[in-house]
Amino acid sequence: MSAGEKRLVRPYGDTTGDGMVQVSFTLPVAAGKLAEGAAAQLAVSMGIEPAMVVHSKALGPEHTFFVVYGPVRHLVDLSAVTVTERDYPLLTPKDVNAGIRQGLRRKLVVLGACVGTDAHTVGIDAILNIKGFAGEKGLEYYREMRVVNLGAQVAVPQLVERARAERADAVLISQVVTQKDAHLTTTREVAAAFSEAYPAGRRPLLVAGGPRFDEGAATALGVDRIFGRGTTPGEVASYLAHALVPAGGAKRD
Amino acid sequence: METSQSALIRLDPAQVRRARTLARKAGRPIVQLATTHTTVSVERATVRLAGLEGADSERVPWVNRLVDAVRTEVGLEHGVALPIWDALVRGQAPDLLTLAQKASTGGGGFRIPAGRDLVRARSAARKAVGTGIRRIDTSRKQRERLVRRYGDAPRRPWIYLIVATGDIYEDIPQACAAARAGADVIAVIRSTGQSLLDYVPEGATREGYAGTYATGENFRLMRAALDEVSRELGRYVRLTNYASGLCMPEIAALAGLERLDMMLNDSMYGILFRDINPVRTFVDQRFSRQIHARAGIVINTGEDNYLTTADAVEAAHTVTVSQLLNEFFAKEAGLPDELIGLGHAFEIDPAVPQSFRLELAHALLARTLFPAAPLKWMPPTRHMTGDVFRGYLLDGFFNLAGVLTGQGILLVGMMTEAVVTPWLSDRDLALDNVRYVLDACSGLTEDFRPPPDGFIATRAREVLGEAVGLLESMVDEGLLTAIGHGTFAGMKRPADGGRGLDGVVKRAETYLNPAIEALEAPQ
Repeated sequence: MSAGEKRLVRPYGDTTGDGMVQVSFTLPVAAGKLAEGAAAQLAVSMGIEPAMVVHSKALGPEHTFFVVYGPVRHLVDLSAVTVTERDYPLLTPKDVNAGIRQGLRRKLVVLGACVGTDAHTVGIDAILNIKGFAGEKGLEYYREMRVVNLGAQVAVPQLVERARAERADAVLISQVVTQKDAHLTTTREVAAAFSEAYPAGRRPLLVAGGPRFDEGAATALGVDRIFGRGTTPGEVASYLAHALVPAGGAKRD
Repeated sequence: METSQSALIRLDPAQVRRARTLARKAGRPIVQLATTHTTVSVERATVRLAGLEGADSERVPWVNRLVDAVRTEVGLEHGVALPIWDALVRGQAPDLLTLAQKASTGGGGFRIPAGRDLVRARSAARKAVGTGIRRIDTSRKQRERLVRRYGDAPRRPWIYLIVATGDIYEDIPQACAAARAGADVIAVIRSTGQSLLDYVPEGATREGYAGTYATGENFRLMRAALDEVSRELGRYVRLTNYASGLCMPEIAALAGLERLDMMLNDSMYGILFRDINPVRTFVDQRFSRQIHARAGIVINTGEDNYLTTADAVEAAHTVTVSQLLNEFFAKEAGLPDELIGLGHAFEIDPAVPQSFRLELAHALLARTLFPAAPLKWMPPTRHMTGDVFRGYLLDGFFNLAGVLTGQGILLVGMMTEAVVTPWLSDRDLALDNVRYVLDACSGLTEDFRPPPDGFIATRAREVLGEAVGLLESMVDEGLLTAIGHGTFAGMKRPADGGRGLDGVVKRAETYLNPAIEALEAPQ
């Protein structure tokens, strides 16, 4: 589509252009006229006008739940919508396994650790343990991956040594503690140690993760990828398959 | 329980007997293992029963300091009771706490007593640990008294709701609100990662990840709050936590002392899903179940978890096998049927044709196989997609299957599963869903008689047949080998791998544990 040509849409209820939406929310107000008035006012502030409070119900003595219907006055210009695409496809565990089996013809070795003084294994465990996170199983669940979880407070030299011994394809480091920017310092330290220990272009894929990382800072920190808050095991697995498994079944060196 | 429901489908009695015999055969070598080993956590639990609480300035519990010191000086193969109470009898310290303080700085002066010293140490240890056992007995009587005074949950299944804020002082008002809204059982989810801590944190805690730490003080605070709500509501509201992970025995002891009512306690969950060493798990599990039996605590097993990783139709028989094993281990540890809450779940892909009939078949198999157990029925999680409207419908079907098949404990499903941790309104809508189905279908079991050769009964028999087949191969190769080969949940866990193996010690001939003695003595 040519730039500048506006394509305006509104929500669709049962007639083009009616703008109808439905929202539900709870207010910390006892059920009654005041609460319903407050719900309608909130809906109007959201752009829903006229707001129909179709349902209200007391949740205990101090809260009220509402369902509100009404037309929203806002428009969306499709030509102005920007979408940041993930640069790798999200795969199911089955597809990741099949990809590794066909493309790598051996198990993909993933090493994970909380590096430095960090003892918060919550993040790395959520990604690696079979229990997983957000309804997705961790990488241990992937048949074609061999996962080595070193746990908490792993020293950088120890991490490099294990990566060599296990012939790791990817090294995942988790950093939760951010005091004095510890997460950034440690990540740079890891990147430097791996560059030193491996010939150029041969080091394992380095992935850092933690709730306070900026996902755009990978290059600056010397790693291949950064995953922030809310990352699921499936995203990490898909990324690893994308980055490490050659397409079309070619063998990696 | 409801005996009329146990006759819903007909199973071949010979095959049912065969299944139990095989489970016993598979389980016996494990019991042998559990009765010839001890673990750091079993020993720490024993010291906790003697009343040692608190932690040092580095927040390491005194029980850890003391047991570690005994282990360094004289080893754990004799148990800690003899060396500790020998030291106390000899006047090395006036009490346990002082002894722990001295021992942690290297001055325990422990030895393995012999002759008259041994007799004296043993009797002192029995007396001290006996105090804890009596406190557990008192808690149990207190529960029975309160259930009589306030009244019990109004019906089966018990409605089970979860709170999980990470902060015990936030959990308390949420738990009270959930109870007022209709929950019969409140479960406080533990902080992520607690299962891998080799110590139990101390005191009231306000900082957990996706859950709240299980500590003695948190147990006490929550139970006291629920006692108040129980009085207000005129029904006893039960409290649940998790006896799992590396500190399973200690958490069980704390639960018994602080009058928790149900505990999640699976024989294999830690092995499969937390990579805890199998031997460590089985030794810890037996001790924790002995405590639960004494305390009148209902255990909840974790078979639902298998179906979150394996296909719920293909792997249906692994659930049955695990239930049979859990039942064997539970009874061996002294738990009666009414305290064995075997788990299972509504996890079949809704896209599978006749998925609801299959769910009914699996649920009825469990109900028929374990007629007197309060089965724990777990809601869909795997096929909850973020479409909250579809999720609400699925939860309605889950509730319907629960009431139709006479489940004992119903964990309330949330339509926002896999989206957010439940909001106030999510919980209210979920309870509305449960209440509507339970009220609308009250007594429906009376009209629900699947024909003996119909789809449901046939499928139930088929799953039982597959379970017997799996048990047979398991008896041949041994349960530990089967776990090592990935029989359950697709996870391979070898007997010499996993976390916590260094905390397992083979018992010596002279091993003494006054807690186990008391728990195994006929009451």
